[in-house]
Amino acid sequence: MSSTQKELRGASKWALSANAVLVYLFFYAPIALLVLYSFSDDELVGRWGGFTLDWYRAFGENDEVQGALGVSIRVAIISTLISVVLGTMSALALERFRFRGQKIFDALLYLPVIIPDVTMAVMMLLFFTQGISLLDSILGIQISKGIATVALSHIAFSISFVSIVVRARLAGMNEKLEEAAQDLYASKWQTFRHVTFPLIAPGVIGGALLALTLSLDDVVITQFVAGPGSTTLPVYVFGLIRRGVSPLINAVSVVMLAASILLVLLSSLAQRARGGQAT
Amino acid sequence: MTTTSPAPSALATPEFEAANEKQKRRRGFLLALPAYVYLSLFFAIPLFIVVVYSFATRTRSGGTALEEWNLDSYRKLGEPIVTDILLRSITLAVITTVICLLLAYPFSYFLATRKETTRNIMLVFVMIPFWSNFLVRNYAWRVLLGNDGPVSQLTETIGLGETTVLFTPTAIVLGLVYGFLPFMILPMYAAIERMDWSLIEASRDLGATGFQTFKKVTFPLSMPGVIAGSILVFIPSLGAYVTPQILGGGKKTMLGSYIVTQFLTARNWPVGAAVSTVLMFVMLMATLIYFRKGGRTL
Amino acid sequence: MKTNNMRRLLALLAALALFAAACGGSTSTDTADGGDSASESDSGDGDSGGDAMTEAAECAPGEVDGPLAIYNWTEYMDPELKDAFAAEFGVEVTEDNYDSNEAMQPIISAGGSGFDFIVPSDYMVSIMIDSGDLQPLNKDAIPNIGNLLPEFASGLPFDPDATYTAPYQWGTTGLGVDLDITGEDVPKTWGLLFDPAIAEQYNLEGAYATLLNDPRETMGAALKYLGYSLNTTDSAQLDEAKKLIQDAADRVAAYDSDQYDELLVTGDSTVAHGYSGNFIVQFDGAEGNYTYFVPDEGGTRWVDNMAIPKDAPHPCTAHTFINFLLDAERGAQLTNWNFYASPNAASEEFIDAEVLEDPIVYPTDTSKLEFIKDTGDFEINFSDAFIEAKG
Repeated sequence: MSSTQKELRGASKWALSANAVLVYLFFYAPIALLVLYSFSDDELVGRWGGFTLDWYRAFGENDEVQGALGVSIRVAIISTLISVVLGTMSALALERFRFRGQKIFDALLYLPVIIPDVTMAVMMLLFFTQGISLLDSILGIQISKGIATVALSHIAFSISFVSIVVRARLAGMNEKLEEAAQDLYASKWQTFRHVTFPLIAPGVIGGALLALTLSLDDVVITQFVAGPGSTTLPVYVFGLIRRGVSPLINAVSVVMLAASILLVLLSSLAQRARGGQAT
Repeated sequence: MTTTSPAPSALATPEFEAANEKQKRRRGFLLALPAYVYLSLFFAIPLFIVVVYSFATRTRSGGTALEEWNLDSYRKLGEPIVTDILLRSITLAVITTVICLLLAYPFSYFLATRKETTRNIMLVFVMIPFWSNFLVRNYAWRVLLGNDGPVSQLTETIGLGETTVLFTPTAIVLGLVYGFLPFMILPMYAAIERMDWSLIEASRDLGATGFQTFKKVTFPLSMPGVIAGSILVFIPSLGAYVTPQILGGGKKTMLGSYIVTQFLTARNWPVGAAVSTVLMFVMLMATLIYFRKGGRTL
Repeated sequence: MKTNNMRRLLALLAALALFAAACGGSTSTDTADGGDSASESDSGDGDSGGDAMTEAAECAPGEVDGPLAIYNWTEYMDPELKDAFAAEFGVEVTEDNYDSNEAMQPIISAGGSGFDFIVPSDYMVSIMIDSGDLQPLNKDAIPNIGNLLPEFASGLPFDPDATYTAPYQWGTTGLGVDLDITGEDVPKTWGLLFDPAIAEQYNLEGAYATLLNDPRETMGAALKYLGYSLNTTDSAQLDEAKKLIQDAADRVAAYDSDQYDELLVTGDSTVAHGYSGNFIVQFDGAEGNYTYFVPDEGGTRWVDNMAIPKDAPHPCTAHTFINFLLDAERGAQLTNWNFYASPNAASEEFIDAEVLEDPIVYPTDTSKLEFIKDTGDFEINFSDAFIEAKG
């Protein structure tokens, strides 16, 4: 995995760097605006009203936004973890093995990517409503819609995204290393842990990032399968826009951004520290 | 049904004993089982309900009567208004996908050629903007592109005149590219990063030009990422409705908003279900064919 | 490091296995019931009103039977009112939000939503009554219902006998105008949108207008301009209205139901079609010179209403909450907080004078205003015509 041979030459090297800078500029232009106006003392995003921290204070005092943020984060973590495991397993199965029902499974995996949001929202609403009343009437189990139904729905669409990204990594990847490991009497688990997983890790990480993003951004499906007390942040924001996008929402977004950057930095520091110990 | 299908990845090993083969098959099945069961329960069954609804009838009050089964909802798809919407949506989705490809390919290549720690951090910084909030980002673009917005001011200062892209198809494409570019970068990066770089070295050593190497070696090797990325961008672009609404001003109806209108505003679930069913069927077929073709070029 | 990671992975896998086992166990039964559940949703979806409840819940005034789950428009309820209710009656109060009637109705209609209190608008009330989504109110448990203005106490077209609902707040749909561009003497007419001559006369150039992205409201504006009822079921009239909107295409910057007020004050539009309350809040902080009016040809008047879903888990708490909000001072508190007009006669003395005297909040002449009514099958014509009008 060393990158020493991947030398780039002359003009192409310059063009690639320029493109990367442009892409990052593109990604962060609206983010810069968002951060800027979270400090603006004006109700209207886009009209500068002098520096203030009021929106952060308002966020600190607003139980509804905090509650919604809490629900969002919980759902995102649960659905990302489960969909990464299920998605990666399914990608391995599809790329590495042949088995009965493979084609149907293949098709089933693409459907959640293809289905329009609102259609999935409506069908999950019908499914959970009927499912819950069935469980109640047959087994006498009483469940209500809430965080669990939201997470179950998020997993249902995230699995496919994870699976596609991991498969892009696996496709045509050399299997010789894994075979060699098996020849050297490594167990299946050891082979996976020490050979396969490190090889597919970038795909798994990419899939996880995608699943996390999808979960944090979903409005329509969440709205339809949520119950009392499980409003997520995007659903709350979606409603709030009717009353005007106040910089409060910017402040919330900035807090989320700052928290995720911090998380990334901490984990990479931790990794480095651990890496130092291990070697 | 699987015995006739070609192996998803070409096995270069000489001969397998029957037992070994059988065991491998079983392991593959077991590996796929959890996701299979999950998706059957939480996706296939709900989906079945939608398909059933597409043959039902809208009641006067906008409910759905599950009787008098008919194909009326499917007939509505032939109306010119629907075909117009479809054509327009496909055009925008294709443009979005192509722009994403052109931006993401060199970017992923650049990313993949960094040192491991650098590229991990760079990758995460691609995703961070997307953990803010989808709607807030779209509204930020609306402010950026507004009449007296920063973009317009910038172009005026450098003498290009006012920019008036807000509420035009250009703004929609810009918003879609912004929203879905990571969907292209992630699989592409994952594919390029695992490429066998010695092949490229070899090609150069044998005197191939940079372009020849790219065309004959690099690009074919990165094909799985290109395909996965294109699908992850094209499909959601086709069904997008928030971005066309916020940045396009909702002026021309797109496929996504048409479906939303049918389900919510018109409360015509059978038509909404029928449009979705046809869309999913067509896209699924296209995806499977596309993937298979891509698989062969490997 | 290795053992640590491994343990985490193992734990995950174990959880997964349990999960898969649980799912696997139930797949067969659920598959068998798949068709069943679909046919059952017939009654769940409720069409002909066959399962409409006729019995009101038996509740005494002030009775609570558990926590309150509110499902309301975002930022429509003063949080202090929720806290006050929670403190006074010793129950937990949660609020969740929706952004449109259309998103709320299917969720309530499907059943099992868990919500006790909802706030549908007029036309949606009639749809929900038809679908059997609401339960009748027990007036004995809502003594404050006597506080309502006579015109709101009964005779509202969507619920004539006030069987299922009590009004929450009301407002109008009209035009917000940037007077710095048009001049002060702008005529109160929909012609600002639909008549090129008027547009030219008042310096309206390019794509200067935003219209609501709502078939009933926008087709309704065109119908009113043409002198028709906005609840018409005459296809020829609807076609005329469609033509009018098609012709206006070049003058429309956007069809927007969320941000029309902001687009107006940021200068992205000069004439904006929208709801009264939002404009007030927006004009309040703006520097320029703006106004809002309902055109003389007439326009929409809307009422949002308090209602209880048919399967509300805690109907008595919901009744008590409705009574609580219909109290004179609390009704006023709501209006002072969100600037929408109160249907509560007793509240008037507690409403801030500047709100009460604001013609945007309380229009002086309501004779030309119409409620949007559900037109049944004709709704499809409205939504199709709107899509065609937009192109």
